[in-house]
Amino acid sequence: MAALWRRRERLLGESGLRRMVRALSGRNEYDLLVIGGGSGGLACAKEAAQFGRKVAVLDYVEPSPQGTKWGLGGTCVNVGCIPKKLMHQAALLGSALKDAQHYGWNIAQPVHHTWSVMAQAVQNYVKSLNWGHRVQLQDKKVKYFNMKGTFSDPHTIRGLTKAGKETIITAENIVIATGGRPKYPMHVAGALEYGITSDDLFWLKESPGKTLVVGASYVSLECAGFLTGIGLDTTVMMRSIPLRGFDQQMASLVTEHMESYGTKFLKRCFPTKVEKLESNRLQVTWKNTDLGTEETDSFDTVMWAVGRAPDTGTLNLEKVGVKINSETGKIIVDASEATSVPHIYAIGDITEGRPELTPTAIAAGKLLSQRLFGQSSELMDYDNVPTTVFTPLEYGCVGLSEEAAVQCYGSDNIEVYHAYYKPLEFTVAERDATQCYMKMVCLRESEQRILGLHFIGPNAGEVIQGFALGIKCRATYPQLMKTIGIHPTCAEEITKLHITKRSGLDATVTGC
Amino acid sequence: MTIHYSSCCSFKISHLSPEFHESAQILCIQKEGKNVQEQVKLNKKKLTTEGAQKLQEGQSEVAAETPQPALFGQEKQIGDHEKTLKEHKEDKPQKLLEMNGNTAVPHSYDYDLIVIGGGSGGLAAAKEAAKYEKKVMVLDFVTPTPLGNSWGLGGTCVNVGCIPKKLMHQAALLGQALQDSRKFGWQFTEEVKHNWMTMTESVQNYIGSLNWGYRVALREKKVTYENAYGEFVGPHTVKATNKRGVEKLYTAERFLIATGERPRYLGIPGDKEYCISSDDLFSLPYCPGKTLVVGASYVALECAGFLVGLGLDVTVMVRSILLRGFDQDMANKIGEYMEEHGIKFIREFVPIKVEQIEEGTPGRLKVIAKSTNGNEIIEGEYNTVLIAIGRDSCTRNIGLDKAGVQINEKTGKIPVNDEEQTNVPYIYAVGDILQDKLELTPVAIQAGRLLVQRLYGGATTKCDYVNVPTTVFTPLEYGACGYSEEAAVEKFGEENIEVYHSHFWPLEWTVPSRDNNKCYAKIICNIQDNERVIGFHVLGPNAGEVTQGFAAAIKCGMTKEQLDSTIGIHPVCAEIFTTLSVTKRSGENTLQAGC
Repeated sequence: MAALWRRRERLLGESGLRRMVRALSGRNEYDLLVIGGGSGGLACAKEAAQFGRKVAVLDYVEPSPQGTKWGLGGTCVNVGCIPKKLMHQAALLGSALKDAQHYGWNIAQPVHHTWSVMAQAVQNYVKSLNWGHRVQLQDKKVKYFNMKGTFSDPHTIRGLTKAGKETIITAENIVIATGGRPKYPMHVAGALEYGITSDDLFWLKESPGKTLVVGASYVSLECAGFLTGIGLDTTVMMRSIPLRGFDQQMASLVTEHMESYGTKFLKRCFPTKVEKLESNRLQVTWKNTDLGTEETDSFDTVMWAVGRAPDTGTLNLEKVGVKINSETGKIIVDASEATSVPHIYAIGDITEGRPELTPTAIAAGKLLSQRLFGQSSELMDYDNVPTTVFTPLEYGCVGLSEEAAVQCYGSDNIEVYHAYYKPLEFTVAERDATQCYMKMVCLRESEQRILGLHFIGPNAGEVIQGFALGIKCRATYPQLMKTIGIHPTCAEEITKLHITKRSGLDATVTGC
Repeated sequence: MTIHYSSCCSFKISHLSPEFHESAQILCIQKEGKNVQEQVKLNKKKLTTEGAQKLQEGQSEVAAETPQPALFGQEKQIGDHEKTLKEHKEDKPQKLLEMNGNTAVPHSYDYDLIVIGGGSGGLAAAKEAAKYEKKVMVLDFVTPTPLGNSWGLGGTCVNVGCIPKKLMHQAALLGQALQDSRKFGWQFTEEVKHNWMTMTESVQNYIGSLNWGYRVALREKKVTYENAYGEFVGPHTVKATNKRGVEKLYTAERFLIATGERPRYLGIPGDKEYCISSDDLFSLPYCPGKTLVVGASYVALECAGFLVGLGLDVTVMVRSILLRGFDQDMANKIGEYMEEHGIKFIREFVPIKVEQIEEGTPGRLKVIAKSTNGNEIIEGEYNTVLIAIGRDSCTRNIGLDKAGVQINEKTGKIPVNDEEQTNVPYIYAVGDILQDKLELTPVAIQAGRLLVQRLYGGATTKCDYVNVPTTVFTPLEYGACGYSEEAAVEKFGEENIEVYHSHFWPLEWTVPSRDNNKCYAKIICNIQDNERVIGFHVLGPNAGEVTQGFAAAIKCGMTKEQLDSTIGIHPVCAEIFTTLSVTKRSGENTLQAGC
């Protein structure tokens, strides 16, 4: 009660305009309004509610150009991590079916994959999560508006429902967490009309068939990987390097593995147009920059995975003075996630210079609420954030890439320990382990602090997580060497790394 | 390798083994027992280039009944050219000479180091010692199981432990994967049967390749290997007896005992005649059928787990608790999960007699068991009875008394100091036979390597037996590092520890809609030490992969606060540890909902 009273007192001193808006609309005042009900926004809202604050979340999914839309939860739940990892799992199970025969399981051929069964199962699970998020908001007494939000003044948001109904919401603090959406190469004729993106792929009712995935982002490689894994004819077209920003040695091992796994690659090619044939197939024309030639092929599906753009267009940010990076369109924030307008914050994929990862958005959102309402001063630490790319052979990493380490410290001052290893399970299954590789980038001076860890192999995410913590605790190479391995696992090889790149010795692990 | 003695120091070699070719240090002993040491130097170039290939084609072809090769007087292998050059450049000729043993010290022993037992620890130590140009011998001999089963070089882990069990566990996991895969859109015939022999042959083939790899590795490192049973017969002296009963004596400056353990039997009528142990299971030439697993050790539960996963009818007979020594909260959760997945448990019973009803592969056995807290007697019929009630150290028949090495008479284990040294200063021990140490392959390897580095490399690092992670490969895997909850309570007091825990549901299990809230994460923190994490426990898929990195973090002294500030990897199981917020003390719900 006392808290409520104090708040009322404070509000009395506020600007006449806002009081008027409130009086006219009869709407409630919120302590916190979050625009965007994705991972970061929901985490922030729920955390604020824990402190007894009055919180609202606005979420609205603009249908994709192909008309796909989804429920509460944002990219990760609906068109990101969750469905992609499940479809990745479907592909892994395809490999498991092959392995199983070596392990004594008599599976009569043929083995088929049915897209619709998988998609239905994945979509049902995603819908259960949408529902879960709504229930959680309700439980935590967070008001949820299924509306698109636009700033009308620094404390006022105009919410618009699908039906066009308008609601004015005012709030003390506003958090922008609207995320990003896939980009289309608008200069490519037919791109928008005929192409799909990751926003559509997971919601397709029928198999995409022969698919061209354009782009070299992790989204591209992950999608192409699982499409290949479930038996589809899949081609990746990329203009330059794969997995920009990631360690490039690892990136090439990832694509090398995909090639051996059956994914086709059109390297140094870029599309020029997409046309629909009478057969309903899509004819794609592209330039091969190596040969300077123009080539074409037809596909059932063309998917763009050429990057993601922040979703700030409809927010009316200029009006309230929230600064964005004009090049990237992302919102500029300080270490406390505050934008150029002090009581307006931004978290997640929409922020400039932050990793576009669900767990970072969640952590940033929670910490922000704790600082706003919980007398905390802890800032989000964006260093050493681990991540995993769920390509058929997974790639997990934390810390600096080798290139970045060389750039920061100079190649004379870093030591790279590396190993090619063979997962035990691959032996009986007669699987090729050529690309199962790990490396640890350390400072070379006596303490040998670990700067980066990179791992390609099964369950890479599970392997990297704990080491990420170790690196957070400023683990050194000698400390890691004192850690005893768990036998027989892949992760134990990390505790046995002893061949330096500099030595030029064979880094293949032999024996136990 | 067999050596026929025709007379003193005149011998023929037949059936050359690979390590013979390169190290080629053969000792021949006069019948009277007087040592005469000779070194045989074979045409190395020829044998190294062609040897491996030829040996693979058939060892006998290489040198059947080879006449006695050229003999050299006693000499030590000199470091290769590169090494010599390096030492020269570093201006350490004296060191080089010492390394090569060309100092004034008389050659009073045949070897610098004799390792008894070619398992993980022994081999690691031997290979490490060879790096320091030491003259090393490994004696390895597998006493056949009561059913006559034996195996190659590499010890328990490779032959009858970690490797085959994890592969068979994987076979069982793939059985689950087959079921899951239908929910993920894969379609194939309804009935899928498992073929025991296909699996076992693949597993044994792989093991065979590892055995071979170890022999090659020893040869490459110039370690002498003898497939012979080693036992002390006096100070600095062992007797090696090969399977033909040929005895030889060797002396060494130092010894390393790494003989490991073998499964314990019940000591009841019919156990050795009719029952099998884990020493037999992995190479069983027939499907075991309906199986009774006796014991609640991790071996018992792992074997029961994969057998049920392969579709067999499995019962586990438990005398008292599951997984003694492990966190009991976790152990019971493992038991529950196994029960839900079709394993029957008979608790508080012990077998008192096993009878054969019918011979066969498998046959039929009658097991009579008695209650541990009454006189109730039960009977059951099984095709196979697997005994997994514990393991005994192989220390009682290796002449330790002759060398004066003390063992714990009760357990058979060898007490050592923190440098793996027994009460006899020149005799060391590593691995499963050590008293109060961990019975884990990587521990034995680490201990063996570090020991040798201290002995020969001037190192001072001791093996750190604290916070060693481990994983139990039950159907629901269990990874752990540090204190169990019980041990933490006992050591620090309940009020001084905080236990954070949560259930979790692996994303991969949601679509097949199975086993919700079975996976479980728990950490134990020491409140008085800044909530430092002193125990880590996880039940779930890939528990070993998950645990390893956290074990490294525990080595770095991670606290709860650091755990909380680490960003998760989404969506993986391991991320649950970065968001643990419910304390056990609070009694709050730990069932998971949503991301």
